[in-house]
Parts: sequence; C-alpha cells; structure tokens
Amino acid sequence: MSTRKRQDLASRRAAEDLTPHATLDTLGLYCPLPIIRTSERIASMGPREILEVVSDDRVILEDMPAWCLSTGHEYLGYREGAREWRLFVRRN
Amino acid sequence: MDKDKPLKAVGLMSGGLDSTLAAGLLRAQGVEVIGLNFSTGFCVTDHHRAIGRKDDDRNLRNEALRAGADAGVEVRIIDVADEYIEMVKRPRHGYGHGANPCIDCRIFMLNKAREVADAEGAEVIFTGEVLGQRPMSQHRPALDLIERETGLKGRLLRPLSARRLAPTRAEQEGRLSRDGLLDIKGRSRREQVRLAADLEIDDFPQPSGGCCFLADRNFGQRFHDLVREEDAGGRHVGRDEIMMLKVGRHFRLSPTVKVIVGRNEGENAFLDRYRPGRWRFAAMDVMGPVALAQGDLDETMLQTAASITARYCDTAGPGPSRVGAERYAAGGDLTAPPEETRILEPVAAPEALLVSLRVGG
Repeated sequence: MSTRKRQDLASRRAAEDLTPHATLDTLGLYCPLPIIRTSERIASMGPREILEVVSDDRVILEDMPAWCLSTGHEYLGYREGAREWRLFVRRN
Repeated sequence: MDKDKPLKAVGLMSGGLDSTLAAGLLRAQGVEVIGLNFSTGFCVTDHHRAIGRKDDDRNLRNEALRAGADAGVEVRIIDVADEYIEMVKRPRHGYGHGANPCIDCRIFMLNKAREVADAEGAEVIFTGEVLGQRPMSQHRPALDLIERETGLKGRLLRPLSARRLAPTRAEQEGRLSRDGLLDIKGRSRREQVRLAADLEIDDFPQPSGGCCFLADRNFGQRFHDLVREEDAGGRHVGRDEIMMLKVGRHFRLSPTVKVIVGRNEGENAFLDRYRPGRWRFAAMDVMGPVALAQGDLDETMLQTAASITARYCDTAGPGPSRVGAERYAAGGDLTAPPEETRILEPVAAPEALLVSLRVGG
C-alpha cells in the first residue's frame, strides 16, 4: 500500500524546463472526464512522451497522481496558472 | 485459459472499502488485478465537483483512483453513461425506493466487466459484495440471480464472502486459495476494518449510502416523470436531461413541457450551460434565479414560467415587474445569441398552483 507515496506525489511541482509533446485542454470538465480524456490521449502517444493536461477541476491535483500510480504512468508534477493547473504525465 | 500464466482478475472498483479489500485479497495471492470504475452520470460526488464553489473544502477526490494507487492496482475509468441511462429507464428487475435498479445495475456492470475480462484474458471477475449487506443486490437470491443472468457462474468471485458461496473454477483448480478468501456476512463492518488494518489501508471513505442519485426519492420522482415525458412523445431522455434532474426546482406544465428553476448561484451557473435548445428566464429588475424551460411553450406556458421565475427572486418587497425570456437554438454554443427575446410581466403565482406543478422535492 502506498498512501504516503500518493500524498507526496500530489504536491510535486513540475520542473521549469519540461517540454510536453502534446497538450490536452480539459477546461470546464470535471472528474472523471479529465482522467478519461487523458487516458484516451496518452494511449495515442509514444512511450516516454510527455502529455500536458490543462484543467480547472480542483481535485485534479489529487486524481491525476493517483491515476498515474494506478496505471504506471509517471506523474511529473504541476504548474499553477491564474485559473487553471497544468499537469505533466510521461507515458509508460 | 493458460493455467501456467499468473491468474488475472477484473473487478468492479468503486473505491469504497469493500472493493478495495477485495482487490487487496487477490493481490495478496499474487493475482494480477485490473479494477474497473464505470462513470454512469449518477454519481453524487461527481456532481458536487461540477457544481461546487472553489472554497468548498469537502474531499471530492475520485476514490476509485485513490484505491487503485494505494493498492497498486490499475484502475480504468470507463464512460458508460449513455448506455446506462437506457438501462435505467426500463430495468427488468424493477426499482428500489427511488429510481435505483440495483440488480439490473449489477448485471449491467458485470456484463461490461466480462467484456474487459475476455479481452484481457482474465479468468476471474470479482466484486466487493458482501452477503447480506444493505443494498438490495446483495442478498443471497439476488447474488444467485446476478450470477445466472450474467452467465458468470464459476468465474464470479466475491472475495469477502467467498467461503460462504460456491467455489469458482479458479478455486477448484487450486489457482486461488480459498483459505485466503473470507466468509463475511451481514452489515457489521468490524471484519473489514480489521482487514484494512492488516493490509495497511488507512485512508478510505466511510460508507455513506448516499453516493448514487438514483437511490434518492426526490431524484427518483423527477426521473420517472422525465421517462413519462419521453413516453408521451417528448424529448429523448439523454445525458443532458439527466444532468438537469440533479439541480433546481422542477415544475411540470404539460406532458412535454417542464420548467427548472435554480436554487443558488452554483445551480444557476450549472443550468445556464444547458440553455441551447431551451427557453431561459431571468428577472430583469431584481436579483433572481435562472430558469430553463424544455419543450414547446405556448403563450400561457411562457407566462406561467415567467411567474414561477419571479416567485423565487431574492426580494423582500414586490417581486420583479419584468422577466426576460430568451429562446436559444439547439446545438448552438454558449456564445450564440438568443433566436427570440421576450419581455414578460409576471403575476403572483398561487402556492397551490406551484405545489400542484412541482415534481419531486
């Protein structure tokens, strides 16, 4: 069980020099839709490629790292914007 | 099924303690587990996320994802809402006290799980069901019925009550140890809490019983009313119609015309997203709710809708003297201007009239 790992991951900030291979806009969508869209989008990407997910769902900072831990993708952290978060996921 | 490969199981994962433990018991036996979480459109927590204020500090995380992360289990969230709504309209085994078709729901989800299991080459399909626990789908005849109707006899495993039930093929073949499964029965949660401590699961939601809109009586009344509208030749009941059942006060003006009035800022904003294809009402000279009307409204109905809108305005004195009514084209986006605009003069709506038109609480 990895409750601690999940909780630590949720507060991870993304590195400044991260450059995504693709961006997914999920503004206005609420969980589970951003996760469903992320799952669909990342399936079409190549191994180790990075997806940037833009979301204004306030629980995305908990749900995305949990989804990554569950599915084996790597959660690289988030950046905070004025009204949205940008989260980075590396495909496994 | 290749008996030399590790056993694989696909299961229903709500993120509640029972399904988390069920997955944990299988993982402890080295079983490869995939959890499925079906998005039906009726989840209360999902709705709170959609309508909540930014300062709402309730924990609204997705518990299935949380459970998957903590248990090291892959959880797939699958959108089944459109198909699920059609099932809920006409369940073969009836409803509970709301519009909750618990047995049909279980059959629906297990059939979906079987599709995934077959595609993944998984022999076992599991749930967190406990014999004799509260929902109507968990008493013995219901468990047997569900197993029969899904055709999953020999594959369907309820790890928490397995030793009280017939063994699955995996148990008979010795690929799954029956000793590693449990014999829990009834509503007490003592055993589950003890097992959670053994498996070091300490961050899980308390059972609330209020996680599905369909089990709510008021929602159920609105749902049944809407299905009657569809049967009367009204609009097809789809995802948007279901979403709007979750908010506001509902007033039935005719078999095919209904008015929905927001009760607060969050509901007003929520309703506003659904204005394409509908009439939108709002007071012009005082603060008040957003109301939407579905169906073809004649002059009398427009007037009634305006009067209902005025009734719920935030004013201690006289109500609004004018209510704006705008008709939006179906299929347009939210930036599209209205196709038709009217200014209506509301009259005081008698309470008896409102009560007689009201659908649900």
